[in-house]
Amino acid sequence: MNLLEITNLHAAIEEDGTEILKGIDLVIRPGEVHALMGPNGSGKSTLAHVLSGRPGYTVTQGGALFQGKDLLAMPAEIRAREGVFLAFQYPVEIPGVSNTYFLRTAVNTVRKHRGQPELDAIDFLALLDEKAKLVEMEESLLNRSVNEGFSGGEKKRNEVLQMAILDPKLAILDETDSGLDIDALRIAAAGVNALRDGARGMLVITHYQRLLDYIVPDFVHVLADGKIVKSGDKNLAKELEAKGYSWIEKEAGQAASAAAGAGGR
Amino acid sequence: MSDAVLDTLTQQEYQHGFVTDIDTDSIPAGLSEDVVRLISGKKGEPEWLLEWRLKAYRHWLTMTEPNWARVTYPAIDYQKIVYYAAPKSAKDGAPKSLADVDPELIAMYEKLGVPLKEREILAGVAVDAVIDSVSVATTFKDKLASLGIIFCSFSEAVREHPDLVKKYLGSVVPSSDNFFAALNSAVFSDGSFCFIPKGVRCPMELSTYFRINQADTGQFERTLIVAEERAVVSYLEGCTAPKRDTNQLHAAVVELVALDDAQIKYSTVQNWYPGDRNGKGGIYNFVTKRGKCAGKNSRISWTQVETGSAITWKYPSCILLGDGSVGEFYSVALANNYQQADTGTKMIHIGKNTRSTIVSKGISAGHGQNTYRGAVTIMKNAEGARNYSQCDSLLIGDQCGAHTFPYIEVKNSSATLEHEASTSKIGEDQLFYCRQRGLSAEDAVSLIVNGFAKRVLKELPMEFAVEAQKLLGVSLEGSVG
Repeated sequence: MNLLEITNLHAAIEEDGTEILKGIDLVIRPGEVHALMGPNGSGKSTLAHVLSGRPGYTVTQGGALFQGKDLLAMPAEIRAREGVFLAFQYPVEIPGVSNTYFLRTAVNTVRKHRGQPELDAIDFLALLDEKAKLVEMEESLLNRSVNEGFSGGEKKRNEVLQMAILDPKLAILDETDSGLDIDALRIAAAGVNALRDGARGMLVITHYQRLLDYIVPDFVHVLADGKIVKSGDKNLAKELEAKGYSWIEKEAGQAASAAAGAGGR
Repeated sequence: MSDAVLDTLTQQEYQHGFVTDIDTDSIPAGLSEDVVRLISGKKGEPEWLLEWRLKAYRHWLTMTEPNWARVTYPAIDYQKIVYYAAPKSAKDGAPKSLADVDPELIAMYEKLGVPLKEREILAGVAVDAVIDSVSVATTFKDKLASLGIIFCSFSEAVREHPDLVKKYLGSVVPSSDNFFAALNSAVFSDGSFCFIPKGVRCPMELSTYFRINQADTGQFERTLIVAEERAVVSYLEGCTAPKRDTNQLHAAVVELVALDDAQIKYSTVQNWYPGDRNGKGGIYNFVTKRGKCAGKNSRISWTQVETGSAITWKYPSCILLGDGSVGEFYSVALANNYQQADTGTKMIHIGKNTRSTIVSKGISAGHGQNTYRGAVTIMKNAEGARNYSQCDSLLIGDQCGAHTFPYIEVKNSSATLEHEASTSKIGEDQLFYCRQRGLSAEDAVSLIVNGFAKRVLKELPMEFAVEAQKLLGVSLEGSVG
């Protein structure tokens, strides 16, 4: 079964009705890593938000199945419990709530949903210890409030740590590379790579080819103006890096007007 | 709480007998000198106390209700209040079993994990007292008594320890202090008295919880706690489980006195009926709480978690008279739906090198209005006084309000004062972040609010803190879409 199957997905900003996604088609099978690239404002983050259930968007057409279930009908927390994980572009601070407590609450909520026994403090700390090593996370960060006072790199590593602990089936990484220096990028990417296991699907959203040197994708898609306008393998990313996005947008524009012309006849 | 303790509680009511007595009592609504005399007479009080009440009453007549607080409510007709009400029994309409109790209340107990038996008591079900030959409370009392600690109802203290009551009653909150304190002084029904003698460290948390039946002392409760030299005591007031109460107006007075090197820690969890979702009903909680650090190096700490009542008007304060004395105020106040809270503290630095700490966390949700009102006064002789204040507000939704009125008066230039304040809003971002990790919206709010209030909650005694955490979550249910 396909892990994720997006069909003709259209979505608009709830507040003013501006359509951002204009017919996305994408299939992710278990174990595949897909990179989603595209210029600013093309709808990359919107897709991540719509898939993970962030409020503020209206789906106007199309849909998405997650393991055969209607993903968009589920509340955000159910999507998470079912195994959809979003690594945030801007991780949120929660003052006064320790990172460890937050993670344990989350993992036990998810485990409960999956019919697994909850982890007690000792088992949880063992798991945390193991996964923290993956992202070279210092212990002091685990005891601090969630993301509070974390550097950009620490926040992103914290996202990868959460992903490792929650063990999702589909991980969506929303510009995990933004704001990272090269060392932080390497660490975060190593963490992500360690979670590639032949079953877990990943949708890696990025502006830059740079990240894809570390997380090598099986497929690369280019999003422009709310649509996937080109798909290919990892070489597509390299081509984009060399030529920029404009040639693709041009290509897509010609195709669109041709299609419009065809439709007019 | 175990069943044994509960049995004890129900038994206690029996022991004190007066419940049955006043059951048949009822006096007409309204307040006059005669009513004050009647109350005093019914309690068999000595002449001096009657005079004290009458003085308070006469002064009250000259006073006007304060209107400076940021709360609004319809005018109270003081002549329509019954000032001596007998507790309800099955005879006069109290629910006969939990089946007769508001299901919403039961659902709340469910969520808070209140034991079944306790629910009956809290919901005001007329419980038949269970006679248990060994009373835990008596064992408690014996243990306390062997240390010279007195912990009893106010009425009992008036009977058994009149000299102590006479010495300290009104010594911190004079009967003329304010409108509601004067009213309380005239008509107070009962309350708690606690005395810790010199050098004694009270071995257990003193709690009115153990006197749950007596806690139905009605609207005008009076508490007096005295810690002599080097004495240490921690006192818990209230209960996290919601209590149904037919009295709309509550005007309690609490007085604390700490002599040299004594320490009093007073913790409150207040969860009275806040009114319904539309702001109908609910308790008016107009309380005067004040502690006097009379001796050198004494310490008084107030910790409060205020989640109940339709209106809260409450400023637990410290008079820092003794040199080197310390006053602390830690508060979480929550106003949901149409609740209004105007609460804070006064720290009055009189002695040298006195220190005070204020940490106030206000949470507003729904149409709730939450006001922090605090005064820090450094008197002329308070050399080297220090104060640290932190007032944080958290908003949930866009219909609620948070207001902060910090007053500072400094008459000694050697004083050091720090004030920090912040206002934040539980954003969609925080909520979505938590939900994306699998937490339900309600659990997410509870988590965020508890994080916000952590600095205060950790001042509570352990067991209380856990209950208070749950309570904050439950009190905010329905506050997010």
